[in-house]
Amino acid sequence: MKLKGGIYWGAGCGGCDVAVLDIHEKILDVAEKMDFLFWPIAMDFKNDDVRAMEDGEFDLVLYSGAVRNSENEEIAKLLRRKSKTMVALGTCAHIGGLPSLANYHTKQSILERVYSETESTVNPEGTMPLERSTVDGNELELPRFYNTVKTLDQVVDVDYYIPGCPPVPQQIVNALTAVFNGELPPKGSVIGAGTKTLCDECPREREEKEISEIKRPLNMIPDPEKCLLEQGLICLGPVTREGCGARCINSGAPCRGCYGPLEGVHDQGIRMISALASVIEPKEEKEIDAVLDGIVDPLRTFHRFSTAASILRRKKI
Amino acid sequence: MSERIGVYVCHCGTNIAGRVDIDEVVEFAKGLDAVTLVREYKFMCSDPGQSLIQKDIEDGLINRVVVASCSPLMHEKTFRNVCTRGGLNEYLFTMANIREQCSWVHVDVERTTDKAKGLIEAAVRRTRLQEPLTKREVPINPRTLVIGGGIAGIQAALDLAEAGKKVVLVEKEPSIGGHMAKFDKTFPTLDCSACILTPKMVSVGQHENIELMSWSEVEDIGGYVGNFNVTVRKKTRYVDADLCNGCGACWEKCPGTRVPRKGNVHEKLSIGPTTSIYIPFMQAVPAIPVIDADTCIRFKNGKCGICAEVCERNAINYDMEDELIEFEVGSIIIATGFQTFDPTPIKRYGYGKLDNVLTAIEFEIMNCASGSTGGNIRMADGSEPKSIGIVHCVGSRDKHYHEYCSRVCCMYALKYSHLIKEKIDAEVYEFYIDLRCFGKGYEEFYDRLLGEDVRFVRGKVAEITEVPIEEAEKGKLVVEVEDTLVGKVRRIPLDMVVLCTGLEAHESLADIAGLCSVSIGKDGFIIEKHPKLGPVATTTDGVFIAGACQSPKDIPDTVAQASAASSAVLSMITREKIEIESATASVDEDKCSGCKICNSLCPYLAIKYDEEKGVSVVNEALCKGCGTCAAGCPSNAISAKHFEDRQIFAEIEGILSA
Repeated sequence: MKLKGGIYWGAGCGGCDVAVLDIHEKILDVAEKMDFLFWPIAMDFKNDDVRAMEDGEFDLVLYSGAVRNSENEEIAKLLRRKSKTMVALGTCAHIGGLPSLANYHTKQSILERVYSETESTVNPEGTMPLERSTVDGNELELPRFYNTVKTLDQVVDVDYYIPGCPPVPQQIVNALTAVFNGELPPKGSVIGAGTKTLCDECPREREEKEISEIKRPLNMIPDPEKCLLEQGLICLGPVTREGCGARCINSGAPCRGCYGPLEGVHDQGIRMISALASVIEPKEEKEIDAVLDGIVDPLRTFHRFSTAASILRRKKI
Repeated sequence: MSERIGVYVCHCGTNIAGRVDIDEVVEFAKGLDAVTLVREYKFMCSDPGQSLIQKDIEDGLINRVVVASCSPLMHEKTFRNVCTRGGLNEYLFTMANIREQCSWVHVDVERTTDKAKGLIEAAVRRTRLQEPLTKREVPINPRTLVIGGGIAGIQAALDLAEAGKKVVLVEKEPSIGGHMAKFDKTFPTLDCSACILTPKMVSVGQHENIELMSWSEVEDIGGYVGNFNVTVRKKTRYVDADLCNGCGACWEKCPGTRVPRKGNVHEKLSIGPTTSIYIPFMQAVPAIPVIDADTCIRFKNGKCGICAEVCERNAINYDMEDELIEFEVGSIIIATGFQTFDPTPIKRYGYGKLDNVLTAIEFEIMNCASGSTGGNIRMADGSEPKSIGIVHCVGSRDKHYHEYCSRVCCMYALKYSHLIKEKIDAEVYEFYIDLRCFGKGYEEFYDRLLGEDVRFVRGKVAEITEVPIEEAEKGKLVVEVEDTLVGKVRRIPLDMVVLCTGLEAHESLADIAGLCSVSIGKDGFIIEKHPKLGPVATTTDGVFIAGACQSPKDIPDTVAQASAASSAVLSMITREKIEIESATASVDEDKCSGCKICNSLCPYLAIKYDEEKGVSVVNEALCKGCGTCAAGCPSNAISAKHFEDRQIFAEIEGILSA
C-alpha cells in the first residue's frame, strides 16, 4: 500500500520545500512510494482536510520552519496527532534557524520596527496588526504573534531531524529512502547528516590552532588550502554537524553553523565560544580583549542558527 | 542494580549545625529520589562516623554515598577510603560541601539551610549518574632530578644520595653554591658561610650517587610522575672536564676580563677571578673553569690562545659545542632559588647614579674574605667610610614593586651593622619600617645589636641625594627620611648607603615552572600544593619544591624545606609504584573530527594527533583529568570521566530545583 505523506512550512522561507523539489527526477520515485495529502506551498489542500483525517493516518510529515505564531503551533499539534512519524525538516524546525534571531528582541519592538520605524514604512495612521478586527461588519482573525520563536520540538514530540538551511537535496533523498525502507535509527536521532563535525569532511589543511586576530570575510581573501579558523575567520565548522558537503567552506566562506550541533552538545554557540576561547593565542588579558574585540556581534555570530535551541533561548528583556 | 544512595549529614560540631537546621536537611534528603537512608552525626570524619558509612555499605543497605560535610580538599580522601574499605568503588561517592561553601559563609539559618539542601540535592543527582572507575598504578623510577645547586638543591641532593638514591643535580652556573657561596657570615649565629657550605659542596661533587651537571640547563621535561623524560643542555665550557685538574694556571695568565679593568673599587667587586676564563669563586665545585666567549680575546679576534698554551693537561678546546643529554627520572625537585631586586627603577635612591649606593649583594661580596676587597669595607675611591646607612625594604613591602615581605632583609641588615662595627670605626644607621626578627635566635641578635651603638631610625627613606643644603652635607650622600618615632623629617649625611634589596622570583622561574607544569602565583613564585599542609609538593604529582623558588626564605628555612622535599620524594619512591588519577579524559573516536582545537590545550601534553586515524588521542597515563580539553572540544568528542556533561548538568539541576 502507498504511504501517506505531508509537508508543512511554519516560520520559514520556503527554502526547505524548494530543497525537496531540488531532488529533481527523484521526486517521481518518492511519489511512487508516497501520496502527498498536504503540502501548502505546492498543492491546494485545506487545514480542514487534515482535521478530517484519522489520527496517525499520515505515515510521514515533514515540518519545516520554526514556531513563531499560534497558527504554526496549532498546525504542528494537528499534524503531530495525525502522523505516525514527524520529522523536523531544516534548521528552523530543528534548532530555530534565522527566525529565532528575533528572540534577541521583543514582540513589541519587532512590530514597532516593522510597522512604523523601517525606512520604507509609510503608516501615518499607525495601523498595527490585531488578533481580532472588524472590517465591514465582519470579524477577522489573525494568528497570535508570539514573543519567542520556538523549535518544533519545544512544541510537539519530534521523531527525527533533518538539519540544514536548506538541507542538501541528496540528504533529503537519503532520509526519505531510510523511511521507505524502514531503516530508521532510534527516535530522536538526526537523519540525513553525519555523526562528526564538519571538520571531518572539510578538505582544508589543519595545524594546531593559535588565533591572534579575528578577521571577517569582507576584509580578506582566505588562503584556499588552509583551515579558515586558523586564518582568523570565525568558522563554526568545529561545532557543526557534517553532512552538507562543506559547501560554504569549499567556496571560501566560513561555516555559519546551519547543520546544528553534534549529538550530546547542549548549546552549539557556547561550545564554539568555549573552543575559540581555548585557542586564542595571547595570554595577557588586554591582548586577549584586543583579539576578542575583532568579533563583531558575537551573540548572532555564535548562535546565528541556534538561538531558539540554545540554553538561554532568548534575550531576557 | 538500582541506585541506593546513603546521605550522611555532618554537624561538624557547631561549624555546620550552628547555621544549618540539620533535622530539616535530613527530612529533605529522605524525600530525594534514590535515597534509601539518611543519617546525621556530630563528626562524620571521626572513627564512629566513618564506621557508620562503612557498616551501611557492608550490610548492603546502600551502593552509593553522599557525605554532606566540609570541602573535598579536606576529607574527600577520607571518605573515599571508607567506601573502599566497605567494598564500594570510591567513585560512587560525592561530597556536598555544606561548610566552607555554606555554613561558614552565610548568617541567616533559614536560607543557609535552603542552600545546604540545594548542595545535597545536587550531589545526590550527580551521584546517581557516576560510574565506577578503576585505579591505575605506574612504577616509579627511583632517580631524582634536582634543578638548582644552591643550598636548597645541595641539601636535597645530599639527603637523597645518602639514602642510596640516584640524583642528577643540574646547575646553570659553572659551580654549585648559589647565593650562599657569596656570603661571608650568616645571621644570627655569624657562622662563616664558606665554612659550613664548602664541605657540603665537596660532598656533592664526590658523591657516587650524585651526577652533577653544572653549567647546564634543563631544556625539556616530558612524561609524568614516576616517569619523567628530561633533556639537559650542557653548555660548552671550552674546557674538557675529564682532563682539567683545576690547577688555575689558565685564569692566572688570562689577559681577558669579564669586568671592567679600570674604574673604581665597587665596579670590580667580585669573589672569584675576573678573567675571561674563570671559576666563579675559589671553592668552586667542580673546580673546572669556563671560558666567557663574550669577553675572551680568542673568540673576539682569534689572536689569543694563552690558556691553551699554559694548560699542561691540554684540557682547553675552543671547538667544543653544547651537548644535549637525555635521561629519565621519577621525581623532580625545583630548587632554583631567587634573584635580588634591581633597585635601578627607584630613581630617588640613586642606585647606579650615585657612587657609594650599593645593593645588599654587592655589600655582601665586599664583606666576603675571598672577595676583591679582601673583606674590607671600602668606598668607591678606596677609602674607608665613616658613616653608613642601611635602607630596609627596598623593593619589598612596596605596592609599586613587591607587596610581600622578603623575610631575610631585616636580619641581614642587622648582620651588616654588626660586621661594620666589627671591622671599622663608622657610624651606622638602620632605616626600617618594622623590624621582623622572628626566627630562632633572631630577636636575641637584634637585642645584641642594640648594645653595639647602632642607630635605628623608624621610617621609609624618601630620597638619597648628593645635593647639599647645609655645609655638613657637602660631599656626602644625604638620606632624607621621616623619623616616625620623633615625628619629623630628618636629613642625615652619610658616606655610604646599602640598599636592602628584596628577594624576587628568578627571571627563569616561569620557564622552569612551565617545563614542570606547575603554576606561578601573582608574586612570581611557585604555588605549593597547599599553603599549610602541602608546602613542598605542587599540583603536579612528582614535582616538589625547595627553597626560595616558593617564597623568600632564609637559610634555615630553605634547608628545612629541602630536607622535607627530599623526604617527600623518598616516601614516594619507596612505594615503588604510584596510583595515578582515574578521572581522566578520553576521546570518542566516532565523534572526533580531528579539528585539532584540543591539541595545544593540554597542560600535561597528554594529547597527540593520530595522523592515520585523523583523530586526537589522549594518553591516559599523562592525563590528570583537568578537563581543559573536554571544555574546549567543540564536538563533545572528549569527555572527562567523573565530570561528564550529564553529571554536571544533573548537579546544576539539583541546585536549582531544591
